[in-house]
Amino acid sequence: MIELKDVYKKYPNGVMAVSGLNIKINQGEFVYIVGPSGAGKSTLVKLIYREEKPTSGDVIVNGVNLSKLRDKRIPYFRRQIGVVFQDFKLLPTLTVYENIAFALEVIEQEPSYIRSRVMEVLDQVGLKNKARMLPSELSGGEQQRVSIARSIVNMPKVVIADEPTGNLDPETSWDIMKILEDINVTGTTVVMATHNRDIVNTNKHRVIAIEGGKVVRDEQLGGYGYED
Amino acid sequence: MKINTLKRHFRESFKSLGRNGWMMFASASAVTITLLLVGVFFVIILNMNKFASDIENDVEIRVHIDLAAKAADRERLESEIESLDAVNSVKFSSKQQELKELVKRMGDDFKLFQQDNPLYDVFIVKTKQPTDTPKVAAQIQKMDHVESVIYGKGKVEKLFHVLSICRNVGVVLIIALLLTAMFLISNTIKITIFARRKEIEIMKLVGATNWFIRWPFLLEGLWLGILGSILPIVLISFGYYSVYKIVEPKLQNNIIHMLDISPFIYGVDGLLLVLGVCIGIWGSSMSIRRYLKV
Repeated sequence: MIELKDVYKKYPNGVMAVSGLNIKINQGEFVYIVGPSGAGKSTLVKLIYREEKPTSGDVIVNGVNLSKLRDKRIPYFRRQIGVVFQDFKLLPTLTVYENIAFALEVIEQEPSYIRSRVMEVLDQVGLKNKARMLPSELSGGEQQRVSIARSIVNMPKVVIADEPTGNLDPETSWDIMKILEDINVTGTTVVMATHNRDIVNTNKHRVIAIEGGKVVRDEQLGGYGYED
Repeated sequence: MKINTLKRHFRESFKSLGRNGWMMFASASAVTITLLLVGVFFVIILNMNKFASDIENDVEIRVHIDLAAKAADRERLESEIESLDAVNSVKFSSKQQELKELVKRMGDDFKLFQQDNPLYDVFIVKTKQPTDTPKVAAQIQKMDHVESVIYGKGKVEKLFHVLSICRNVGVVLIIALLLTAMFLISNTIKITIFARRKEIEIMKLVGATNWFIRWPFLLEGLWLGILGSILPIVLISFGYYSVYKIVEPKLQNNIIHMLDISPFIYGVDGLLLVLGVCIGIWGSSMSIRRYLKV
């Protein structure tokens, strides 16, 4: 469960990115975060995986109050969260397999477990046969699938995706959506910030619209609602 | 820490050394040059200290006793000198003994003086602290039955002055050199960190602890320090050995001597290695703190 209570975020340069957010997302929900550029979507995403700390208010994720979380505990909190980005954030010198295994190695898992678990998630995103390839040898959609595989390899309760289809062509975007929805079906909460009107309007889920750092609309099975 | 993790940190740190080969070479060289200079300075300063204390220990006050003084006067003078706090030892040397010494040093021509010995009976006084010599000499000068006092006035003070300046300058130079090397290492590690910032970002994202991220960089700094200290250790050991073999025979009859090779040079080697390791680890932890913000 994700809960934001009266959250304000002011950056050091004086920009008020988020002013008075109140959001509650239950376990297992699929939520779109929409809104114009600069509305505060990315800040919201960063607040959820504790890249940013709220200036005031509480952010509670999986029962952890992130406003009170000590810096030392952040890594352990992150292990329960999967994050997917527009630019994939894969390591170019590592193979697909190594990129995913990396996430398990750095949290000191057993090598035998790593091997089986990585192949499992590669199968899940349909890239089992490309395990030995480098990211540069893959298409954009495939790279994003690797990135999603890495985000779920820890079996997180929450997956946060910041514009996961932002760099992809429409057809590939649908593949990514399919994978994210499959993940959601297994009970994982998925929060997806997006600009993709077609996806939001076709694959109906809860929509939270943000403007000027505030929630302006929150509807179950809503539409994109912007004419960009 | 699990054994697999430890292996991974070692692997990563070596990989990184190989990947940024030239950069690593540059900073290991910086350590090498620094340690070489530090080592040479250290050896020179320690030997100068040794020379200084050799000379200091040889400094003595020669008290010429009044020709008119009787045996009782002499004994009184001796106990008076001995009662001074700063005095370590007082040795009597009669004028016959003095003449023998003189003949030994200057040659048989001086045997002529055996008929009419012009020398004085002498007390040879050693102070506890060599630097007290001038003060003690002045005190003795005032006592009864003292004809004159000789201790190399002026020269001794000058020697002590030069020695203390040398020591201080040496210490300042060594500290400055060490700081330079640390700065260079810290810059190298900074570049490694910059080159791997994406990797670090992802590590943080997937929940690696700060120490997990830090370890490979610390090890890298450690390797740099060790690599950089190898050449100075070899050069200084062999260098000191050669100099010792050439110089020491020539000092045979002198009051000053170089420090013995063993254990001195092993101590210096150990110190250089420890310094290299400290510079490496300190340099990398500086960069990590500033550029990793973990």
